[in-house]
Amino acid sequence: MSPSILAGLVGAALVGLGLYGLILHPHPLRKLLAFNFIGSGVFLVFGIVARRGAAARFAFDPVPQAMVITGIVVAFAASALAVALILRLAAASGKVTLDPEAWSGPDDGGAK
Amino acid sequence: MMAATPGGALLVLAVLLPVAGILVSFALGGRVAEKVTLALAPLGFALAWLIAMQVAATGAPIVYTIAGLPPPLGIALRADGVSAVMLLVAAVIVAAAAFYARAKFATPEGQGESRGALTFWLMLQAIWAALILIFLGGDLFNLYVALELLTFAAVPLVCIDGRPETLAAALRYLLFALFGSIIYLLGVALLYGAYGTLDIVLLAQRVAPTPVVWTAAALMTAGLIAKTALFPLHIWLPPAHANAPAAASAVLSGLVVKGSFFLALRLWFYVLPALPTAAPSAVLGTLGAFAAIVGSVLALRQARLKLLVAYSTVAQIGYLFLVFPLAAGGHAWSATGWSGGMMQVLAHAFAKAAMFLSAGLLAEALGHDQIAKFKGAARALPLTFLTLGLGGLSLTGLPPSGGFEAKWLMLRASIASGQWIWSLPILAGGLLAAGYVYRILAPALADGAVEIKAPPQRSREAIALGLAVIALALAFAPQSFFHFLEIGRPLAAGGAP
Repeated sequence: MSPSILAGLVGAALVGLGLYGLILHPHPLRKLLAFNFIGSGVFLVFGIVARRGAAARFAFDPVPQAMVITGIVVAFAASALAVALILRLAAASGKVTLDPEAWSGPDDGGAK
Repeated sequence: MMAATPGGALLVLAVLLPVAGILVSFALGGRVAEKVTLALAPLGFALAWLIAMQVAATGAPIVYTIAGLPPPLGIALRADGVSAVMLLVAAVIVAAAAFYARAKFATPEGQGESRGALTFWLMLQAIWAALILIFLGGDLFNLYVALELLTFAAVPLVCIDGRPETLAAALRYLLFALFGSIIYLLGVALLYGAYGTLDIVLLAQRVAPTPVVWTAAALMTAGLIAKTALFPLHIWLPPAHANAPAAASAVLSGLVVKGSFFLALRLWFYVLPALPTAAPSAVLGTLGAFAAIVGSVLALRQARLKLLVAYSTVAQIGYLFLVFPLAAGGHAWSATGWSGGMMQVLAHAFAKAAMFLSAGLLAEALGHDQIAKFKGAARALPLTFLTLGLGGLSLTGLPPSGGFEAKWLMLRASIASGQWIWSLPILAGGLLAAGYVYRILAPALADGAVEIKAPPQRSREAIALGLAVIALALAFAPQSFFHFLEIGRPLAAGGAP
């Protein structure tokens, strides 16, 4: 098995595991970790693309590598935003759940 | 198509204007942020107008290659007919939301600046900037970044008042959006691996119906569906849009969901038009048909006005996706379907923004937005209910309104193409929409007396009414407007299927 195929399979497995966790875990923090799993899998796929699609003169195609770096920055920013929201939610209500039933109560439609 | 064309500087200015606004606002604080946003709105509209004029004059897209480096290595900005129109719509709705929001987020002299106000003005400009990038982007990875910027700007607007339920709604929105964008990115990686470019025009010339392309298209479409809140991935939308402040709801429902929908259009009609798309178009159309029915039925059952309006967005998004089967290929009827789909985008943007702004005025005047307690409210707040009624007219699809025009064109395309099955959800959704609009207006017009805590400002009522009037005026769009929408679209009417 060539390294590219192995890396591709690992990437696919990470995406699959991440999707499973993102959909089935009820806790937002676990969902966020699962999202980062998917992200790692996608970045691995980009890595293989860089190796395979080497644009003629380069040993590695630099474009997908540039895209991975951008992707990592975006995923990091997204994770930071999500963690900030989870922390605020825990601080404001003492519980962290996404179940809409838990929040049903009298509402003023944003009048305040 | 590859070389830069005159007018490219306009595109750069359009992108830079709100970004510069964000930087200045961030450095100088909430009081300045408000003034910057209000000052940039007319400038942005003027730029969008100039871009539209230039596209109309040459009859071809404006292209700008960043740093003079042409694709596949460089990145191009492109403005065609559709993007020029969307730029105008974004400028109008952002401006309306900004002037409307002054009553809530302005910082008067002698009063300390609040974090909420600064966040609102920054994020409003950020949404605008991200949308402009989405409408002008010519590179699929660049569009991914723009899509993420749109999410990062939209999520804080949902939870700006910091109540726990709004934080939960924002978090759920963020998780759905992250799922959508990472799946989209996986599709982008596959496309780059197969063709070595992400430029929309170059890809369109190279793609072939291979398994890689189908997989990539399926992944990207699934991601965009999650971001657009198409049934069955719509469950994040109602709590998020209904809990945001009214000005933010108007932008979220009217514009933000259109951003990811616009990318779905770019993908299927600009990147993949050479593929046999009948089967995937039918899948998207079916999901859209379910969305139109399920969203309307759920809207009928809501006790709160803002939730009702949010579920109506779910239904109206369903209509948008009927454009995929109705405008596919290069048949004579495809142009009709395309016009209908774009008209639905425009009519819904204006009508929904008007309705959310009115719902906000109503909630402030009454102190609640329980539909059951509206008895007699129309007499106390005539202008607000007029706006709700006019917006509802367009959502229902009664003439004369943009919504009627959209549904009429879609019905014509479905009959002309022999796909009469799509006319059923269009008609059923219209009936159900009439039902939920009636549910708002009937108690309000009944006898009764409501207690008005504070009468709404005339100027804010006028802004909402103005948007509703635009939604109606779209019905009188001339034929040349629909020709303008075709500029730059591959396989426009008459081309080979």
